[in-house]
Amino acid sequence: MRDVAVIGVGLNEKWGEIWEKSLRDLYTEAALNAIDDAGVDHIDSMYVGCMTSGMFVSQEHLGSLMSDYLGQNPVPATRVESACASGGVAFRQGYLEVASGASDIVLVGGVEKMTDVSGDEATFALSAAADMEYECYQGITFPGLYALVARAHMHRYGTTPLQLAHIAVKNHKNGSMNPVAQYGFEITPQGVLDSVMVADPLHILDCSPITDGAAAAVLCPLDLARKLSKKPPVKVLASAQATSTIALHSRKDMTWFDSTAVAAEKAYKMAGKKPQDLHVVELHDCFTIAEVVVLEALGLVERGKGGTTAESGMTALGGKIPVNTSGGLKSKGHPVGATGVAQIVEVTRQLRGESGPRQVKGARVGLTQNMGGTGGSCVIHILEAA
Amino acid sequence: MANPAKYWREIPQRYRLEAGKCQSCGEIYIPPRLVCSKCKSRKFEKIKLSDHGKVLTYTVIRTGPSQFADQTPYAVGVVELDGGGRITSQIVDCEFDQLAIGQRVRVEFRRIQKHGQAGILCYGYKCVPA
Repeated sequence: MRDVAVIGVGLNEKWGEIWEKSLRDLYTEAALNAIDDAGVDHIDSMYVGCMTSGMFVSQEHLGSLMSDYLGQNPVPATRVESACASGGVAFRQGYLEVASGASDIVLVGGVEKMTDVSGDEATFALSAAADMEYECYQGITFPGLYALVARAHMHRYGTTPLQLAHIAVKNHKNGSMNPVAQYGFEITPQGVLDSVMVADPLHILDCSPITDGAAAAVLCPLDLARKLSKKPPVKVLASAQATSTIALHSRKDMTWFDSTAVAAEKAYKMAGKKPQDLHVVELHDCFTIAEVVVLEALGLVERGKGGTTAESGMTALGGKIPVNTSGGLKSKGHPVGATGVAQIVEVTRQLRGESGPRQVKGARVGLTQNMGGTGGSCVIHILEAA
Repeated sequence: MANPAKYWREIPQRYRLEAGKCQSCGEIYIPPRLVCSKCKSRKFEKIKLSDHGKVLTYTVIRTGPSQFADQTPYAVGVVELDGGGRITSQIVDCEFDQLAIGQRVRVEFRRIQKHGQAGILCYGYKCVPA
């Protein structure tokens, strides 16, 4: 397998409730930004990560739609779905296509258009990431499922709602410096605790929002990158993916994300790195409790101590290991299919030194962790400044 | 309107807690499976789960989906039934401050959803304090 580099990245202009932009507008805008950033004059293949354009805008066949609107027919285009990990898995597919030698220049884009339906309908569509017949049928919601994880984690390890609030505060602090962020403003711990309760113990400010947005990246072999790219190439050191049970109740341990732990072990091994070698991390904070458990599963903090990470400043921008410098899903927004690719965009920019006020000084190695549902799927990438 | 078949086929599980027990390793699945995740055996015994169990974790849904608007706020949890099998289930007829990890519960047959004025009535299991 060849070494692969990221040579271009881009997002659409703004994430949020973007009424003027359609699904195809968002994807195309982000893709063109990534292509311009890469400076390539053609692509060989493309991927579209999207959880459920069908349930949100009644549109399928995104491979054809997006290749058409990007002016790329007859290039092959593949829709990838893995719930909230759709973007990350699409990136992995693009990586594999270049690594295998099947293609040289591959575009990976992720998109979700969530605001053409009511909040209720959006919530229902999102619940398709869980077990529809044996979890959702019973009345559990997505925040409800993560609340079950939070309650179990609090019971076993003593994690507190205030510790969860600090995670949202930290992510908003970073997001306030991100012009693309949906909710680019600071919040306070008390503000989180005072916000409306969605599913005990998770408040609305513990939950990532409903967002329209897109992100894209261009991949090519590392050797070609040095010739093609206007900017310092970023090497993909590792790409790893794993699954777990669809239903939370089927997990042996409901305070753990085993798919994250399995993917992380594979990724660290492939990259020849340890958790302490990382300089920046973008992880899947769909809910504050998710960041707690993911940090433990990534080996960045001792099991059970994930709740202390934001409160102690460990994961702050100037901390031991900055986490979610983009603002995370909480502040930046969570257009489901776009998130995994946007994590790649953020880490790539960090490793190039392009992150402005959010820059982690001297960042050379970064990790992205993207997961679907309550951890039914997980995909991890480790990137290094080449 | 959804085809009633979607709800009809899950009735043995939702009304009677019918499950599958792997004949090789004893692992229990509700709903039943074609292949055992643990040992990959294809041979299962049809069993019924106990209607008593304990709460492993719980939450109170305060912002719920529209199908459950008339029931909100309501408690939901993961319940481990005696002898094996885990279900995600509402916990009803219980004050929210009585909910606890380790709480003993009993399974009852209840209405879960109704689809509008003239739609399908969906039944299944809910748990009550035992």
